[in-house]
Amino acid sequence: MNAATHSRDSSINRVLPGFGLSMAFTLSYLSLLVLIPLAGVFAKAAGLGLSGLWHELSEPRVLAALRLSFGGALLAAAVNLVFGPIVAWVFVRYRFFGKRLWHAMVDLPFALPTAVAGIALSALYGPQGWLGQPLNALGIKVAYTPLGVFVAMVFIGLPFLVRTLEPALEHAERTLEEAAATLGANRWQTITRVILPAVTPALLSGAAMAFARAVGEYGSIIFIAGNLPGLSEIAPLLIMIRLEEYDYAGATAIAAVMLVASCAILAALNALQFRARRTGAP
Amino acid sequence: MDIRIEGLSRRFGSVAALERIDLHIARGELVALLGPSGSGKTTLLRAIAGLEPADEGRILFGALDATRLPVRERQVGFVFQHYALFEHMTVLDNVTFGLRVKPRRWRPGRAEIERRARELLVRVQLEGLERRYPNQLSGGQRQRVALARALAIEPRVLLLDEPFGALDAKVRKELRGWLRGLQRTTGYTTVFVTHDHEEALELADRVVILNRGRIEQLGPVAEVYECPANPFVFEFLGSANVLPAVARGRELWLPGAEHPLTGDQIFPGGEVAVYVRPGDVRLAGADPAAIPARVIDLQRTGPRVTAQAELSDGTRLFMELPHLHHDVSQLSVGAAVRLRLLQFRAYSRADAQRPGAGRPDSRQPGAAPSGQGRIAAR
Repeated sequence: MNAATHSRDSSINRVLPGFGLSMAFTLSYLSLLVLIPLAGVFAKAAGLGLSGLWHELSEPRVLAALRLSFGGALLAAAVNLVFGPIVAWVFVRYRFFGKRLWHAMVDLPFALPTAVAGIALSALYGPQGWLGQPLNALGIKVAYTPLGVFVAMVFIGLPFLVRTLEPALEHAERTLEEAAATLGANRWQTITRVILPAVTPALLSGAAMAFARAVGEYGSIIFIAGNLPGLSEIAPLLIMIRLEEYDYAGATAIAAVMLVASCAILAALNALQFRARRTGAP
Repeated sequence: MDIRIEGLSRRFGSVAALERIDLHIARGELVALLGPSGSGKTTLLRAIAGLEPADEGRILFGALDATRLPVRERQVGFVFQHYALFEHMTVLDNVTFGLRVKPRRWRPGRAEIERRARELLVRVQLEGLERRYPNQLSGGQRQRVALARALAIEPRVLLLDEPFGALDAKVRKELRGWLRGLQRTTGYTTVFVTHDHEEALELADRVVILNRGRIEQLGPVAEVYECPANPFVFEFLGSANVLPAVARGRELWLPGAEHPLTGDQIFPGGEVAVYVRPGDVRLAGADPAAIPARVIDLQRTGPRVTAQAELSDGTRLFMELPHLHHDVSQLSVGAAVRLRLLQFRAYSRADAQRPGAGRPDSRQPGAAPSGQGRIAAR
């Protein structure tokens, strides 16, 4: 009774009315855009039955594609987890000539049409490319190998790390470093015990976004990947191929697995992030 | 440990933030650095801590020349304006940080570190909050964590940057008294920065008034308040009326006065500016020795009456009069009155027109709206 009156009061006292309407809109909008299509994937996949699903997924080509997409994305996110913070740090802490221009460049992988990025990358790393030729001479093949897929995934993931980290670094004011110094900490202790823990939540959420983008990336990867089945073929492309073969069941099976795995990995990253956030760090 | 500062200068580009500062702070003393923003007070504090390098001059802690000593070897307790607490650490971890980062050779054992931290938390009245995170604390509690963290390293000196700036008025009052007590019992040589003259006057043994990178005046609190060395200090320590006068030896003639004011200052003669606080003006009944004036504005607000009066030459001055006085309750706009100055200082016109004089910090709480009482001073 009491609780009921209370909630009633609070809805009356809201400054802007229309909670009911806007909530209904939000929920139906999300359902229409997100929930129903995703449910559709599951419904379709469920039609296969467990054994059918297993049959589709146990095919070596499918397994290799999934391994490449998820493994590559995790590895790319890990690499960006190391180098993204360095880039962000330099932009937050220092002033230098052309900083704005360089800064704008960080966003390019994000803003470019993915096909443009893909063509640029494959031209650069291809056997005749500026980087591809010398690397080839060293015996390192980038284009048309899993390494190429990985390079493209690092490329598109970088902006996520940099952009989520910058505000966090700005927030971790310089006075934190000064405080650590007055308390006797050396530089290494200041970085590992004060600055990094303070930005950990931002690091994790940046890595999560970079990972999600890399798993789902298509356009910028397929040109450089060469798409050799079982070697450099990514899962999203395989879905595309299955669809072109009118193999809807095969396509949805892969899609369902990607959906579940992505959700699981994102949930794990979010849990980590939540833990980091709960123990302080605004 | 005492702090000795000799000829300290610090420049930012072409701007001198500190210019040849000489200052000695005795062991166990509590000193306030007071000044408007941009006066160099924070730069001076940071220079003592080593957070700001000195371009010239020396800083000594006791016999130790600390001028070139890096921050982390200076062993100063620094409380930052917004505390700079480590948000991802518990209160206990914050307080023990300075001990935990010591090289193993000098690091006390784990149990000893925790014992010391708990002792400090009792001292700053935060026992029981060891496991909290800073974002679960109130402003006052956060400040005390910062203080305990600074004290944990057994600092040579304690430095506080605007220690009460981020707190609301009530907490501020409480903490002031508490900090004063803590400083007395621990005996740390303490320097704090403030732009609030009331805070400085209430807390410090001595105040150092800074303006444009120089020391305008330093001395015991009462002395500085009663005998401001120059117009800048006078105006910085509260609102001021500036009245033109002509000096002849000890005598100061205000416009329209039949009798001179006599002060303890001697002037060779010529034009001077008489500075008087609105609260130091009283009605003098029909006393012929007092200054004739006319009331031009009157406001009765709460326990005080604020009025504006005009001298015979048009100079205006503000007065804050006690409400209960009979004369005051009879006062009306347009009335001719005679005024007495309880306390005043006179400065030569050259001093009063020196650059930087007459520009107290506008953020200064309790300060009159800018321009008050100076309307006809020029």
